[in-house]
Amino acid sequence: MHKFIFKRLILLVPVLLGVSLLVFAIMSFTPGDPAQLILGENAPAPAVEALREEMGLNDPFIMRYANFVGNAVTGDMGRSYTTGREVATEIFDRFPNTLILAALGTIIAIVIGVPVGILSATRQYSWIDSSSMIMALLGVSMPNFWLGLMLILVFSVTLGWLPSGGFMGWSSLILPALTLGTGSAAIITRMTRSSMLEVIRQDYIRTARAKGVAENVVINKHALKNALIPVITVVGLQFGYLLGGAVLTETVYSWPGVGRMMVDAIRQKDSPTVLATVVFLATTFSLVNLSVDILYGFVDPRIKSQYA
Amino acid sequence: MNKTHDTDNLLTVEDLNIVYEADGEVTKAVSGLSLSLKKGETLGLIGETGAGKTTTALGLMRLVPNPPGRVVSGKVMYEGQDLMQATEDEMRGIRGNKISMIFQDPMTSLNPVMTVGDQISEVIMIHQDVTKAESVEKSKEMLELVGIPGARAGDFPHQFSGGMKQRVVIAIALACNPNLLIADEPTTALDVTIQAQVLDLMKELKDKYNTAMIMITHDLGVVAQVCDKVAIMYAGEIVESGAIRDVYENTQHPYTKGLFGSIPNLDSDEDRLNPIKGLMPDPTNLPSGCRFHPRCPDATAICAKVKPEPVITESGHMSRCLNSLPAALDERQDDVQELKMVAGA
Repeated sequence: MHKFIFKRLILLVPVLLGVSLLVFAIMSFTPGDPAQLILGENAPAPAVEALREEMGLNDPFIMRYANFVGNAVTGDMGRSYTTGREVATEIFDRFPNTLILAALGTIIAIVIGVPVGILSATRQYSWIDSSSMIMALLGVSMPNFWLGLMLILVFSVTLGWLPSGGFMGWSSLILPALTLGTGSAAIITRMTRSSMLEVIRQDYIRTARAKGVAENVVINKHALKNALIPVITVVGLQFGYLLGGAVLTETVYSWPGVGRMMVDAIRQKDSPTVLATVVFLATTFSLVNLSVDILYGFVDPRIKSQYA
Repeated sequence: MNKTHDTDNLLTVEDLNIVYEADGEVTKAVSGLSLSLKKGETLGLIGETGAGKTTTALGLMRLVPNPPGRVVSGKVMYEGQDLMQATEDEMRGIRGNKISMIFQDPMTSLNPVMTVGDQISEVIMIHQDVTKAESVEKSKEMLELVGIPGARAGDFPHQFSGGMKQRVVIAIALACNPNLLIADEPTTALDVTIQAQVLDLMKELKDKYNTAMIMITHDLGVVAQVCDKVAIMYAGEIVESGAIRDVYENTQHPYTKGLFGSIPNLDSDEDRLNPIKGLMPDPTNLPSGCRFHPRCPDATAICAKVKPEPVITESGHMSRCLNSLPAALDERQDDVQELKMVAGA
């Protein structure tokens, strides 16, 4: 197991190099001069040129990339072109906001998705099954930002119960977490249902029943653990996606998270911030996936034996 | 044999009918099945794939998947109790405790994410008043009993070979010392050398604990080796049944004769197999009259019209064929003669 984790962490290095090289190249070769950006549109040409020289922008591409990697390894991700703050500091200031939102969204999704999926599967073709599948279809099809706006309209504007945005204590978490959780809950419901349906037709479930095991134990003990592997995969992917891709929701709720920081930076061509956020999110995504793979081992002994 | 209400019968099945219903189509999987079994006796249930053997077994345990399956009617008297009338709670107390089942494919019949020890101790915990520690101890004993070191109780099914997995399944089935064991083709998925080992093991344990057994198989050799009685199923019906000696040496039904005839003889010069012509009928669209008549070499015009009733000799040898009526049943013979004349006219 330790060897497996170590191997996977080593594999993270080429992944991050690839991601950063790609983003670095895109940011370098797209039009727009960072020096001009910093000094403003009306800055005199010699001043811009001086700044370019100072920032090392006149160096060859490979050298600039090597410099970036060299600095990044020591934890120095550069300073934002727009705010002048340390990018790394800014990310770590904002990441807890993103993490808490993603975690809460994922918890909501699991708490709704898994039980509803099980219920749907064990009562296939009943009205419970049909209605939860309709809800799941709605949940999957509904765009996040639209749901977010509707929730704001109802709970903040009309009823005035909850804040519409920003971060003002725990109550501000409710609406964005619900918005994020709904889509994931729908996906998890569908995945749990189909995985469960497959498992409850297996011979070992019949064996369990033939042993005299009570039906709820058959479902919650024998079937569920076997049905969990695809569900865990989806939960992991959803969590990773919420960490990095909750951009629209963060925007709708003016949430001070990393996703929105990245989008703002792209809009302003703030290269250091873009690079740092992308590399950071890629790292968290990979780590989430690694945790999911480790989790497989605890659920299924057959997978664990492959890790040895 | 179904008419005798012997009090020493452990299991008496009367007129069991099971159907599968899907999209308005009714598949008669088991029709009018009757059988009986005394304590310690072994019955071989033989038939082709799709004859309804497994459905019968699941029906006895009330485990026919519903939907689409449904037990339409019938009585399953076990130790004086009609299982078809029992509550689900009562059935749970019987399954794995008084009646156990061994399934066909050991590769898929064990839960892959539970240790074999847990899977054995679970059934003990459910049915016996023991502590967790005692059930773990007992599960190790059961493993030893089927020839697996008790120390392997903590291993998962994927760490065992097919033959050993089937031994684990047998250990689960016998853990609560049931009176009746239903073995659904327990050796079909195993290779030949392992088949013999597993059969020997089952026979040994059965004799040791005086367990009655229904052995479902399509291997006539296995039946001859293990069973006291045999019942031949065709298209959901038992077409012939009786003591091994009666059925094997005084075969009545043309289907049974066909089965024996299709076994290649090592001594003869023939180089072609001698199969029963044709295929099993579509269970959603069974032939009229005798279900075997389209394939029967001895079929006459009447066989397509009249449904043969079971005819039983004094020794309990039953056959469901219009042509092989024993002389002992003259009365019925007359009926049939009459019918034949009507049909011929």
